[in-house]
Amino acid sequence: MDLVDRAVEILRGKMKDAIPAVETFRGETAVVVRPEAIAEACRLLRDDPRLRFDFLAALTAVDYWPDEPRFAVVYELYSIPHRVFLRLRVPLSSTAAEVPTIEGVYPNANWHEREVFDMFGITFVGHSDLRRVLMPFDWVGHPLRKDYPLGYEEVQFSFNHEEIDRKKPYAQE
Amino acid sequence: MGVEQKLGNLGVLTTKLEEAINWSRTRAMWPMLFGLACCAIEMMSAQASDYDMSRFGMELMRPSPRQSDLMIVAGRVSRKMAPVLRRLYDQMPDPKWVIAMGDCASCGGVFNNYAIVQGVDEVVPVDVYVAGCPPRPEALIHGILTLHAKVRGEKLADWA
Repeated sequence: MDLVDRAVEILRGKMKDAIPAVETFRGETAVVVRPEAIAEACRLLRDDPRLRFDFLAALTAVDYWPDEPRFAVVYELYSIPHRVFLRLRVPLSSTAAEVPTIEGVYPNANWHEREVFDMFGITFVGHSDLRRVLMPFDWVGHPLRKDYPLGYEEVQFSFNHEEIDRKKPYAQE
Repeated sequence: MGVEQKLGNLGVLTTKLEEAINWSRTRAMWPMLFGLACCAIEMMSAQASDYDMSRFGMELMRPSPRQSDLMIVAGRVSRKMAPVLRRLYDQMPDPKWVIAMGDCASCGGVFNNYAIVQGVDEVVPVDVYVAGCPPRPEALIHGILTLHAKVRGEKLADWA
């Protein structure tokens, strides 16, 4: 039995209510976890001596707007001793886009969660320092949301040069 | 004219103050390092021995704005970087000039989105725009020589 199947079995055995589904696509397994159980699931996967998923390789999010549940936070765990990846997905509705932090399990989640907060506006409850990490601190909005405007400006060509030139905010000395 | 013909060769050259000052400004115009992206590689190449910007008295790329006369903005400026750029420009002593090197610094280039300033002329006043993505070192040197021509044409009355 391969390690991913064993991990799914152990998770199901210990916390059955917290795992509504297990998705497999092209040989990759993603375990769907309820938001309130994510820290416990990570702790279990990290501390079980048969699994030892001791490295959080990535933490990111997906915006499925306008579908519901709108967001999914994705946790990519890696077991260095067994050389196996495991993916956890936490679906979140747009009205309650918050999930408990896993900073206590994987300390490197700190900046990952800040990035997800910055780009998607998902709140990580219990995070020690939930500030923007990429955008300026006074930025309004979360750029990787699907309903965020791309902010294209009209391109200046010879035929519309003067019109754009008139309203362009040139800097002064 | 005038005094040399009457007194012979005294090893003295007479010229206008305006020309002397403009000449000295163009011959020792120290650029500030402002490499932000791939244009910086071409800027380094323009500085290195093949193209050798020291021919124009520019052997020193100053890391400090207080010692530099020319800011070469080499690369795309993000909206987070824009206040830093303006602050460094404000710290440069007068007289100072700005070259927007490459398409990104000139007009945003291919990065037409929320994160990139659409032309550095929205943040600092630009004297010369150098086109190219990235511009070759020859293009940058042409831009610098264009700036030199502009500086040589400056009038004393405009400074005061």
